[in-house]
Amino acid sequence: MQSKNLLELASAISSGAVRVVDLTFTLSPDFPVIVLPPEFGQAAPVRIQEISRYDGRGPAWYWNNVTFGEHTGTHFDAPIHWFTGKDLANNAVDTMPTRDMMAPACVIDCSAQAAKDPDFLLSIADVEAWEAKHGKIPARHWVLLRTDWSKKGWRDYANLRDDGAHTPGPNPAVMKWLVEERGIIGFGTETIGTDAGQAGHLDPPYPAHHFLHGGGRYGLQCLCNLDQLPPTGAVIVAAPLKIQNGSGSPLRVIALVAS
Amino acid sequence: MIEPIKPPGRKNPLLRTRLPTAPPRPRSRKSHGFTRAAAEGRFMLQCCEACGTFCYPAREACPSCLSSGLAFVDAPRRGTLLSETTARVPSDVYFRERAPWRAGLIKMDCGPIIIAHLHADCVETAAVLMSFQLDKSGQAVAFARPEGETPNMADDRQWRELTADPKFRRVLVTNGRSVVGQEAAMALKAAGAKTVFVGIAEPWRPFPGESALRGHEGIEIVALDAADEKSVNDLAADIGGKVDILVNTTEYVRAGGLLDRRGTSVMRDEIDQAYLGFVNLAQGFGPAMRMRGADGVNNAAAWVNVLSVYALANWPAFGAYSASQAACLSLSHCLRAELRPGGVKVVNLFTGPVDNEWFQTVPPPKVAPRAVASAIVSALKNGLEDVYVGDVAEEIRQRLAANPKALERELDR
Amino acid sequence: MVTKTLRAPYDGIVMAAPVTIPYVRYSVESAQWWIGQAIRELVTQAGIKVSDIDGLCVSSFTMGPDSGVGLTQHFGLCVRWLDTIPLGGASAIAALRRAARAVQAHDADIVACVAGDANHVDSFRLTLENFSRFNQDAVYPYGAGGANSSFALIARNYMRTYGVTREDLGKIAVSQRANALRNPHALMKSPLTMEQYLAARPISDPIHLFDCVMPCAGAEAFLVMRDDTAKSLGLPAAKLLSTIERYNAFAEDPMQVRGGWAMDIDELYAMAGVKPDDLDVVQTYDDYPVIVMMQFEDLGFCRKGEGADFVRQHDLTIGGDFPHNVSGGQLSVGQAGAAGAYLGLVEGLRQVLGTAGPTQVKDAKLALASGFGMINYDRGLASGAAIFAGPSR
Repeated sequence: MQSKNLLELASAISSGAVRVVDLTFTLSPDFPVIVLPPEFGQAAPVRIQEISRYDGRGPAWYWNNVTFGEHTGTHFDAPIHWFTGKDLANNAVDTMPTRDMMAPACVIDCSAQAAKDPDFLLSIADVEAWEAKHGKIPARHWVLLRTDWSKKGWRDYANLRDDGAHTPGPNPAVMKWLVEERGIIGFGTETIGTDAGQAGHLDPPYPAHHFLHGGGRYGLQCLCNLDQLPPTGAVIVAAPLKIQNGSGSPLRVIALVAS
Repeated sequence: MIEPIKPPGRKNPLLRTRLPTAPPRPRSRKSHGFTRAAAEGRFMLQCCEACGTFCYPAREACPSCLSSGLAFVDAPRRGTLLSETTARVPSDVYFRERAPWRAGLIKMDCGPIIIAHLHADCVETAAVLMSFQLDKSGQAVAFARPEGETPNMADDRQWRELTADPKFRRVLVTNGRSVVGQEAAMALKAAGAKTVFVGIAEPWRPFPGESALRGHEGIEIVALDAADEKSVNDLAADIGGKVDILVNTTEYVRAGGLLDRRGTSVMRDEIDQAYLGFVNLAQGFGPAMRMRGADGVNNAAAWVNVLSVYALANWPAFGAYSASQAACLSLSHCLRAELRPGGVKVVNLFTGPVDNEWFQTVPPPKVAPRAVASAIVSALKNGLEDVYVGDVAEEIRQRLAANPKALERELDR
Repeated sequence: MVTKTLRAPYDGIVMAAPVTIPYVRYSVESAQWWIGQAIRELVTQAGIKVSDIDGLCVSSFTMGPDSGVGLTQHFGLCVRWLDTIPLGGASAIAALRRAARAVQAHDADIVACVAGDANHVDSFRLTLENFSRFNQDAVYPYGAGGANSSFALIARNYMRTYGVTREDLGKIAVSQRANALRNPHALMKSPLTMEQYLAARPISDPIHLFDCVMPCAGAEAFLVMRDDTAKSLGLPAAKLLSTIERYNAFAEDPMQVRGGWAMDIDELYAMAGVKPDDLDVVQTYDDYPVIVMMQFEDLGFCRKGEGADFVRQHDLTIGGDFPHNVSGGQLSVGQAGAAGAYLGLVEGLRQVLGTAGPTQVKDAKLALASGFGMINYDRGLASGAAIFAGPSR
């Protein structure tokens, strides 16, 4: 590729001919995190502690100490996150290939189904229906599941009931198929987790985690603004923090969209 | 006969808030025997181990036999009011702005003469019951009340200076997710609190008891995650100026000690919730409370911590939890000193294992959350500082006083 | 059992040179200033040199951190006998007793007894706060009424027990004010009527404004020596006849209705060889009128419970049948701290020396002065009294 083309891209971004869409929630202590039974180890919540704010603690400057778990806010899952991906090469956020941090996306709009059924599970049939309209999902593309879940208030967003969370996600068959038959680079959702809220009861449990990371692929969750992306053609930039042997990290996810 | 106090109206924003002043503080070291008694709501006098003479004020030698063996022991509370006076122009600022102030001289049935603050219904030559209370300097003072109940007894002006009755006050219960927090909110409301704010962390997570709490008249749910500095500061910005009593019901109990846990993440959570949560609450709400210590009928009055009795002695089965509680206990003493200029009491409730899911495998006796709630109310009404809730807590207190080493060995089982 | 013996008589012990440094309500001067002025006046009045003083006895609430030792250097005194007496209202009687025995035993020849106190705007409150350990632990935190509240408790009980009315106590205060109007140095300069007394604002019930002394700054002093010394100096002097002092008397009384005098009064009169009726002037310690009334009983002028009757039946003014606190007492002159203990004694000394000027009781030859004080907790613990006679007796 010629550097001229790259400069054209930069100039298109600058002029607005290529839009940059922010797919990220603000990283804040209020944002819901994954809920596990309390006897398990818990993700540290996001904490922002002021070091100084132009005051006696530091007269001319403002800064914070920030602490959080790897899987808080809009975040990235690396293959090492799941047992199925534990033995793969370059499976952590610090060792994963940098070229994997930018890839095109197919956006499958299931917002209507999710509005009707919070436990909606994406199936192969749903994807095939999408492919019938937009063409076959190419290899090394992200598949992003649009549910409009990110537009909800946080209680509905987490949607916790006595038997756990009720949020949409993929079924086991479609996950295995997307990884093995379509060669996707990763799978992204608006909900907390790439898997559905009740995915612990599927076989295998948490199929998105199971198949994605077992296949050396990635997860993105807690995304927003998927409704601003075209079904195809958007390019996702998702570069996690380079945490030593990290299983994932909060990150800024942006999409380049030609107007 | 005491007129019932009236619900205070809204504050006149044109008037300067009356700043707290404190009654005289200096005391001899020995007289802190009364401070200890007052903190626990006991009436103790020095009694000579050699000749059995009760004496007062605090002495170093028995006035009957000069023995130095003067132990503080629980003493009969009854006496007779011999004479009284009403100080109208005291020389001290605290009393001057509260004058007229009534005090009297009581001959105790067990012997000593005690000068005491008087409940308004005390009558000369009649019997009174004596107690030691903590005043706004945190020091023990004797208080005499009529032997029987009188109408609106708790509304006595001088008594209210020594207590933190929730009546008409606004209370923040920091954690309404726990049963203790919910029971506390209900009990405080029932005790006459004007409003009980109940903090709920992560409001997106439903919790048992939520609907009862939400539907309750006078209970207001607020977003509060004590462990989150910003959440605490945001709430303090909203309601910090009207929290008269703060009840810290933070509860983070995990079993286990050191060696069978891996890493520090659970420890960190314990410290984050219990200790740093306390720090955040203190920094968020403490300064305004200290400033509002004399702000009328509904002044800032008390800060209550619900702690485990294992703050006093480590229980290895819940060893790390015990340590987090010990940290909070130590911090509470710092807070007590720092709130003292405002006359705001810091009350510590030491509970035995509470009857909840975290102590599920612990055999009884366990403390019912409702018992914790009524102990909170009772501590506030009676102006106590150290309260032991339940049989286990009381037993730990006694064993600790008897032999801390024995307790340490025996908790290791 | 240890036998209690009688006090040995004073043999030719005299007092001379009564000194009062006129009081002021507030003064920026220190206690040391007031004490220094009093000693200077002693020397001037007695016509001696400072170096002639070889004994010193001082009392002051406000001279801290000094004790008597520091004052010797401060005032250029080289003494061979020194005492510091922190006994409040009993300080003057105690100082006299110590000094009398010192000169009697030739431990010293001329003892200067001095009391003086400063009164800065805040010193009274500070004195109240730091009065005693029992006071600090168990009195002051109860309304901080100070001595007013402590005496109020005593007064109320006494009044109820013996049927004493405010008018009865008022007569003492009103009579003293009448006396004070003849004393140019009294701080109270306007007449006081019974109506005004009764209408005064309450301070700590039943103590009202005119039951209270006014704290002020001032100093009082006198010299104690043997009569041969006085004669050699040509100094007019009064002869000391008898004294008593007592602390923590009647501890078993649940409330104070009598002072320590009652334990020692027989010996006081026996040692002096006089009866109460023989006295020409009586100078009681008058921090509150109720304490004066108590002393009328305890010093033998009437029986316990008859104090009010006694007051009703006597004229307590300079020209009356029972001249009492003839300079106006602390109630009308002011209470200059420890100097308040000296006020009655020093005025009594002037009376029997015939040098009292406008307050002089005609032909006063025999006087009694008393002291009382130190409400350590619930009662005054210290009491004392002295009887002394002028040169003409």
